Amino acid sequence: MRDNLLIYKLDWLSISFYILLIIGGWLNIYAADYDPDIAEGIFSLKMSSGRQLIWIGTSAILVLLIMLLDFKIYSTISYAVYGVMIFFLIAVLIFGEEVAGSKSWFELGAFKFQPSEFTKFATALVLARFLSKTNRKSDNLKSQSIGVGLLMLPLILIVLQGDLGTAMVFGGLILVMFREGMHPVILMVAIGVVLLFLLTLLLDQVVLFIIIVVITALLIGLMAKDPKKIAVILIGAVIAGGFVKSVDFILSDVLKPHQQKRVMSLINPNADPLGIGWNVTQSKIAIGSGGFGGKGYLEGTQTKFDFVPEQTTDFIFCTIGEEQGWIGSTLLIVLFTALFLRLVFLAERQKSKFARIYGYGVMSILFFHFTVNIAMTIGLFPVIGIPLPFFSYGGSSLWGFTILLFIFLKLDANRMNVLQRM
Amino acid sequence: MSSRRIVIQVLILAIAMVFTIRLFSIQIVNDDYKLAAQNNIIQKIVEYPYRGLVYDRNGKLVVYNTPVYDLMIVPKELNLADSAKICQLIGMDHATFMMKYQKARRYSAILSSKLQDQIPNHEFARIQDELVNIPGLYPLPRTVREYPENTLANALGYVREISRYQLDRDTSGYYHPGDYTGIKGIELEYENALRGKRGMSYKIVNVQGVVKGAFKDGELDSSSIPGKSIHLTIDSELQRYAEILMEGKVGSVVALDPKTGEILAYVSAPSYNPNLLSGRDLGKNYLMLQEDSLKPLFNRPIQAMYPPGSMFKTVQTLIAMQEGVLGPYEKIMCDYSPMGDHAPKGIYDVDRAIALSSNTFLYKIFRRVMLQDKNPNVYIDSRIGLENWNNQVRKFGLGSELGVDLPGEKSGNVPTVAYYDRVYGTNRWKFSNIYSLSIGQGEIQVTPIQMANLSAILANRGYYYTPHIVREIDGEPTRGYAAKHTDINAEYFEPVISGMENTVLRGTGFRARITDIIVCGKTSTVENPHGEDHSGFMAFAPKDNPQISVAVYVENAGQGARAAASTAGLVIEKYLKGEISRPWIEEYVLKGDFSDFKPVKKKTTVDTTSAGSVKPATNSESKKNNEG
Repeated sequence: MRDNLLIYKLDWLSISFYILLIIGGWLNIYAADYDPDIAEGIFSLKMSSGRQLIWIGTSAILVLLIMLLDFKIYSTISYAVYGVMIFFLIAVLIFGEEVAGSKSWFELGAFKFQPSEFTKFATALVLARFLSKTNRKSDNLKSQSIGVGLLMLPLILIVLQGDLGTAMVFGGLILVMFREGMHPVILMVAIGVVLLFLLTLLLDQVVLFIIIVVITALLIGLMAKDPKKIAVILIGAVIAGGFVKSVDFILSDVLKPHQQKRVMSLINPNADPLGIGWNVTQSKIAIGSGGFGGKGYLEGTQTKFDFVPEQTTDFIFCTIGEEQGWIGSTLLIVLFTALFLRLVFLAERQKSKFARIYGYGVMSILFFHFTVNIAMTIGLFPVIGIPLPFFSYGGSSLWGFTILLFIFLKLDANRMNVLQRM
Repeated sequence: MSSRRIVIQVLILAIAMVFTIRLFSIQIVNDDYKLAAQNNIIQKIVEYPYRGLVYDRNGKLVVYNTPVYDLMIVPKELNLADSAKICQLIGMDHATFMMKYQKARRYSAILSSKLQDQIPNHEFARIQDELVNIPGLYPLPRTVREYPENTLANALGYVREISRYQLDRDTSGYYHPGDYTGIKGIELEYENALRGKRGMSYKIVNVQGVVKGAFKDGELDSSSIPGKSIHLTIDSELQRYAEILMEGKVGSVVALDPKTGEILAYVSAPSYNPNLLSGRDLGKNYLMLQEDSLKPLFNRPIQAMYPPGSMFKTVQTLIAMQEGVLGPYEKIMCDYSPMGDHAPKGIYDVDRAIALSSNTFLYKIFRRVMLQDKNPNVYIDSRIGLENWNNQVRKFGLGSELGVDLPGEKSGNVPTVAYYDRVYGTNRWKFSNIYSLSIGQGEIQVTPIQMANLSAILANRGYYYTPHIVREIDGEPTRGYAAKHTDINAEYFEPVISGMENTVLRGTGFRARITDIIVCGKTSTVENPHGEDHSGFMAFAPKDNPQISVAVYVENAGQGARAAASTAGLVIEKYLKGEISRPWIEEYVLKGDFSDFKPVKKKTTVDTTSAGSVKPATNSESKKNNEG
């Protein structure tokens, strides 16, 4: 009987990682907000950390609710939740507040609410539900198309809001598709496209063309004996070349001005260190000045004196980089990595396909946030305004990530029940 | 499917690796970011040192500092909505303000740049209260020079912000943009002592440029060290008097203490109010002074070059005696020379020749010095003679810089063998080409201070101390000045000095005569091919135990007996007695119209107003009247 108690079945390792990240984030939000002239305590509601504590407390209530609900309900209501979220995404386009060039917020009195944050878990749920339905092999072209369609709908709506960063998160779910049988070439092409895009920004076009030609020649020389493969490689090379050429077009005609600037600043943050490149430059300065062991808690000068913008939210990593140095940053990366690997492990041990796919969805979304967020603060990726999960300040995102994670932990706790029923 | 799981796990680990390595590179390997972080947050606040004060020989303050305020701007802190208010407050038009704002912003958004230079104290007091309410504007206190005496401008020089050009050429590594540095005069010569040491405090600022506290608790901060004070050798009372005497004239007065080489008075006329070259209007005033046709910025006592004229006769007779070609009391019949002569025909010795300024006597003895029959060839004999003569003349501090502690001193010219070889060709010149040197005309050129020094040599009977204008730096005596000897036997000076005494007593120097004091002097009417002759006079007094030696040049004032002798006499009397016993001479000098006294027989008229009438000063045609 005791063994059936939920509390013994929960994966406490994941929950520990979650709690560590939440506490670490909370302390760093205070450090980022801290101003020696205004001696406000960490609990003060004037500080972001004080408000974050409210979000943390309400998250705990959400966790409780998730745990109390029957685990089967999540599969059942997935389409409904997805539908509601799509409705909200459309509504926000009409009634939403525009903040920093993105129309993605509802304003409800004193609180702001960002539906796109909740769309993440809804989409993961619906994708799991769809792909898990028996007799639908996800390497089947039709079911793949529908799966991609389920991703694309919120993605497009969020792009329309002007929030390209959040929209890209749904691209991260491609990992789920891959795990569920998508052809590996698609994942390779996806990663290749991202790499090629970054290289186009960072390298001279001529150099990049030479690299493409050299790689093409090597591939043909080394592995291709039959004309079919040679043709495929050549076509691939031409497409790659065309892609490089079209990045210019994308930059100048597809992206919005503030996004263009963010992309351009990755190319050369020093071109206008006080304008376009300010964020990246200051972020790198803050992290770089941390050195090996950091400057000590609340001793960071760059974050404390507001040189880094959005330092409690998107650039929270700077605080830990500056104050805790390489040791602290690496520890944080290790913590996240451990969580991701644990989630992969948990997903793989699920008996139900729905829970496994959802587990991969959770992992993919968190992993994508982690990768893009840290990459941008250390100048490896254009500045895209997405938060560091559990760490960044923000109610919507903390709630969203908590719901996302704990639905999976609830499913995981009940995995044996699934087995019994099947 | 487990292989796909592995791909995903590898991907997660790969990203973690990339991040860790990248962080290692920017946090540990690369130091640039740490430096950038410091520059980000640290505002260096310069504390400019007080420049050293300058006193005269009696401890009277001659140069001090007066506070001004530079207005600094921190662009990021500034609210552009305030711009109209700011413009109105500091009296700047909006376009200029925006230009300066943009420039400051380009330099740094959070570090301060200069908006307005040197707001004087009284103006600052007016805007001070308003300033407090405008974020992004800060006053930076500085000091500029003030000159209570309004005298000595050319000797003092001036101070201004260091130029880009000077910064590029600076090898000391001391200067930064915005520093002040001495230009000309003692401000330049004693720059290192006067400038002091800049202080620096490091403040932590936030992204708005607002100061949040001291960096590292101020352990790197240094306070400024004031410059050393300087005591001049100048007697400001005498200086002021001499400047008054020279008002409305062009020329120089230099008075030395022959016992030490200390410069008692140093007048370059016309002068200017040194306060013009201090503070905000420096640039404008400098242009005005530079464009003045009388060149007030020309430091005449050490830079103007004239022939010495008859004053040089003292040197000539001394050299002749030392060479053994003239006895101290030897009498020579003077009835003919190729030069004109105001002195009557008759028998002359050194005393009489100096007193009456005989050209013929000087011609004859210079011939003896030059042509000593050391070689039968007159050309070669002249070479030997000139070489020997040149060496002797140089010992009188002529022909090269004296080493006065003021920048820009000119050497003058004492013609050498090489010089005449260039002019005439080797062995194509002899004594008859150069004899006008005998009376200090022709190619020889001296500066007024060299003549004052010559007078000191005569006062000392054979030696001098390098003239200098600074006696103490912070109570420490300046470099020790050793006596420099002319190697002329002291006994040969007696007939020359006697002749100078008689010049004042009975001769052309009578306007320098002072009751109870024996003044020894020599007039000089310096031929000026460009216009009216220059009036020159040198003197020392008293004859025994001399206290002061003076040289005066007044340009285009005619005979040395008038403007120069009168001025020198007044300066000597002022210094020795503190008051003037002959007000009519003072009046005469102050009136400054010396042409009234011009004798009718004055030389063939040269239109003094026309700059075009230039007579070439070649030896062959010059030697006309030489009264001095």
